[in-house]
Amino acid sequence: MIGKYVVRFASLGYLFGLLAAPLGYVFWRTFRHGLGPAWAAVTTPDAVHALKVTLILTAIAVPCNTIFGILAALSIVRYRFPGAGLFNAVVDLPLALSPVVVGLALLILYGRGGWLGGHGVVFALPGMVLATIFVSLPFVVREVVPVLREIGTEQEQAAATLGASTIQTFTRVTWPAIRWATAYGVVLTTARALGEFGAVSVVSGRLAGKTESLTLYVQDRYQSFDEVGAYASAVVLALIAVSTLLLMTMLKPKEETR
Amino acid sequence: MRRISLALLIALFLPALAAGASKDTKLTLVAYSTPKDAYGQLISSFQKTGAGNGVTFSQSYGASGEQSRAVAAGLDADIVAFSLEPDITSLVQKKLVAKSWNKDKFHGMVTRSVVVFIVRDGNPKKIKTWNDLLKPGVQVITPNPFTSGGARWNVMAAYGGALRSGKTPKQAVDYLGKMWKHVVSQPTSAREGLVQFLAGRGDVFLAYENEAIFAQKKGQPVQFVIPKATILIENPIAVTSTSKHKTEANAFVKFLRTASAQKIFAQNGYRPVVASAAKGFNFPTRPQLFTIKYVGGWAKVEKKFFDPNTGVMAKIQGSGGG
Amino acid sequence: MAARAAALPSPKARQSPWPGLAVGLSTLYLSVIVLLPLAALSWRAHGWNAITSAQAVSSLKLTLGVSVLVALVNAVAGTMIAWTLVRDRFVGQGFVNALVDLPFALPTIVAGLTLLALYGPKSPAGINVAFTRWAILLALLFVTLPFVVRTVQPVLLELDTEMEDAAASLGAGRLATFRRVILPNILPAILSGVALAFARAVGEFGSVVLISGNLPFKTEVVSVYVFGRIESGDAGGAAAASVVILTISFVVLLAIGGFRRWVTRHDR
Repeated sequence: MIGKYVVRFASLGYLFGLLAAPLGYVFWRTFRHGLGPAWAAVTTPDAVHALKVTLILTAIAVPCNTIFGILAALSIVRYRFPGAGLFNAVVDLPLALSPVVVGLALLILYGRGGWLGGHGVVFALPGMVLATIFVSLPFVVREVVPVLREIGTEQEQAAATLGASTIQTFTRVTWPAIRWATAYGVVLTTARALGEFGAVSVVSGRLAGKTESLTLYVQDRYQSFDEVGAYASAVVLALIAVSTLLLMTMLKPKEETR
Repeated sequence: MRRISLALLIALFLPALAAGASKDTKLTLVAYSTPKDAYGQLISSFQKTGAGNGVTFSQSYGASGEQSRAVAAGLDADIVAFSLEPDITSLVQKKLVAKSWNKDKFHGMVTRSVVVFIVRDGNPKKIKTWNDLLKPGVQVITPNPFTSGGARWNVMAAYGGALRSGKTPKQAVDYLGKMWKHVVSQPTSAREGLVQFLAGRGDVFLAYENEAIFAQKKGQPVQFVIPKATILIENPIAVTSTSKHKTEANAFVKFLRTASAQKIFAQNGYRPVVASAAKGFNFPTRPQLFTIKYVGGWAKVEKKFFDPNTGVMAKIQGSGGG
Repeated sequence: MAARAAALPSPKARQSPWPGLAVGLSTLYLSVIVLLPLAALSWRAHGWNAITSAQAVSSLKLTLGVSVLVALVNAVAGTMIAWTLVRDRFVGQGFVNALVDLPFALPTIVAGLTLLALYGPKSPAGINVAFTRWAILLALLFVTLPFVVRTVQPVLLELDTEMEDAAASLGAGRLATFRRVILPNILPAILSGVALAFARAVGEFGSVVLISGNLPFKTEVVSVYVFGRIESGDAGGAAAASVVILTISFVVLLAIGGFRRWVTRHDR
């Protein structure tokens, strides 16, 4: 009997000490003197630019990876092709790679002297976009693949025998089945893209107002002894994360929630 | 379908956003880690002048070595302002800066400083000389000499200080090795080092005088000691040969050497290169001050000390210091 | 509509360009985005003294050591938390369940900053682990928290309690029941979670970079070391170090996967 309480309090204590307390403390520190100073800190031109950069990176990466995700999931599950296993493994690679390594690879490929080297990719927005796409690539694929596997091809085949074109089959049969998994994958992709730090650290030129994302801005403020600025921008990112969390909870595939 | 059109829409908007400010001239300044505040004020001041009217700036600050390499690797810059001359020389070798960049009466320099010891309030460990760094238990912070310009000034100041105290070059190199064993942290840039020191790490931080003054201005509880033998730091600035706005860029660099601009530098803790601007500020001259020429000049020093494979510092670092 | 329904299945469907297009496009995308940069990276990897230097070896040892520790702690803590979320009932359980996903959603630099605030030099609780190895452990535990929990949870949910009841009716104590009935069933899931946590820990950068101080030979993890090599202009050396970590991660993942298959050998 006691065992249950021990496990419960150990678990809750662990979660509290590791997650809830630090985050709560930062929120408290940020808003301790009221909304004013925090608001001023996040509405400086540099902060606003940084938020814009982060949003641009996300707004490009998410749609690209979503389209890719659906095409890739269909390819892996439905359309047998040589190398599908390898394809699957490569899709998972971004999850196992250190973000610094990702940034380095892009730097080598697109920097001066690289195979695709030249102008305006690294140390500029395009490089950061590529980095963000790279690190947030797998999520839609991974969410859609199991669903596609589960629903099987019966309905799609039935639609084909009834004369439906491929597109019609997709929009009327496949899509309704995978749409929530896709939505969940989109939310995960968005969270990952918004929070990217390591890879963009390497490929960004840290041009304040141009290639400084909000995550880089947090680090910059901390290193300039601007604690209020650092914490306030961190809180902005945390709030976005929490909203993402709420979406994740709502859209989560049923098997994991009670 | 909707996602494709959304992506296309955004892709179309991007160039528009990027080109948004193209009406004004936009200059990109790539600088080392410490003068951010100073340049912020200088840029505002410049924009009030005739030459600066309508000129906007994009600024990037980071460790001097890193920034120099970034420009070499493709970071577009109009003006580069680094901690030490070699970081500009490497760009000259890559044809990104003209050979004649330092053929003016300032030799290409825009500010000066000296290497100091930043210590805790009250200087509890009584660190005043280079030998004091070898006292047992003293923990030293200095940035990594392979990324930070400030760190290279520190190393040459330590080496030169040892020479000034009568050591032979060999003994001075030995001193460096011994001193490096006291180094507990080598952050990437001078600014990062200051952050670490202020967060409680180490007993002494080897730094630019201007960083010490900056910390004091930000209300941080530190004091600094200028050792008797220290090096005169000279920070260079240049307009790149790839700049598309050479006229405006040159105007900005010229402005930085006017008395009023140099006064702004002085207010931020930098020793001016224009003598008249130093009036009214406390920039003591130390009796055994020396320049980089005293220890051999940057060309020799870069090879002997900072070659990544055969340099003295590479050997000292690789042997597991600290 | 009726006319269409009556038509025979058109051979056109089999020659539809869509499958080929989907495979082709997605392969192209994957190659350009992921494979090409990694190929460039492996090509440029040289300067192997970057990985044999004392500093590199030290950072590797530290990273692997801490990652193993992190994996072990997660195996225990993650299972406990999954247990609490599945088998227990209390007020606010839904909130706690959602909280577990927070490290997935939070940017790593923010994670590092929040830990630094509460457990760093200005800690209100007087706990200062900044610039120590404990800081690395803390940061990695933070970012790897959800992995084991989320792999074990669904398995626990599916688990039939019949066997446990049977064991209990035969006189087995709770611990024995856990060891012999439950654990074998959730072990594969724990191993999967551990593999993910380990892989993530080895490559972690953003959460560690502020709080650990990045002191060479003391608190410098391998991703920070690689970052330092990049900053020093030694891209080749950085690439070499990256290839080494990748290989080690790959080998470890294969090993865990193999162990997992061995553990479930009776299920197949």
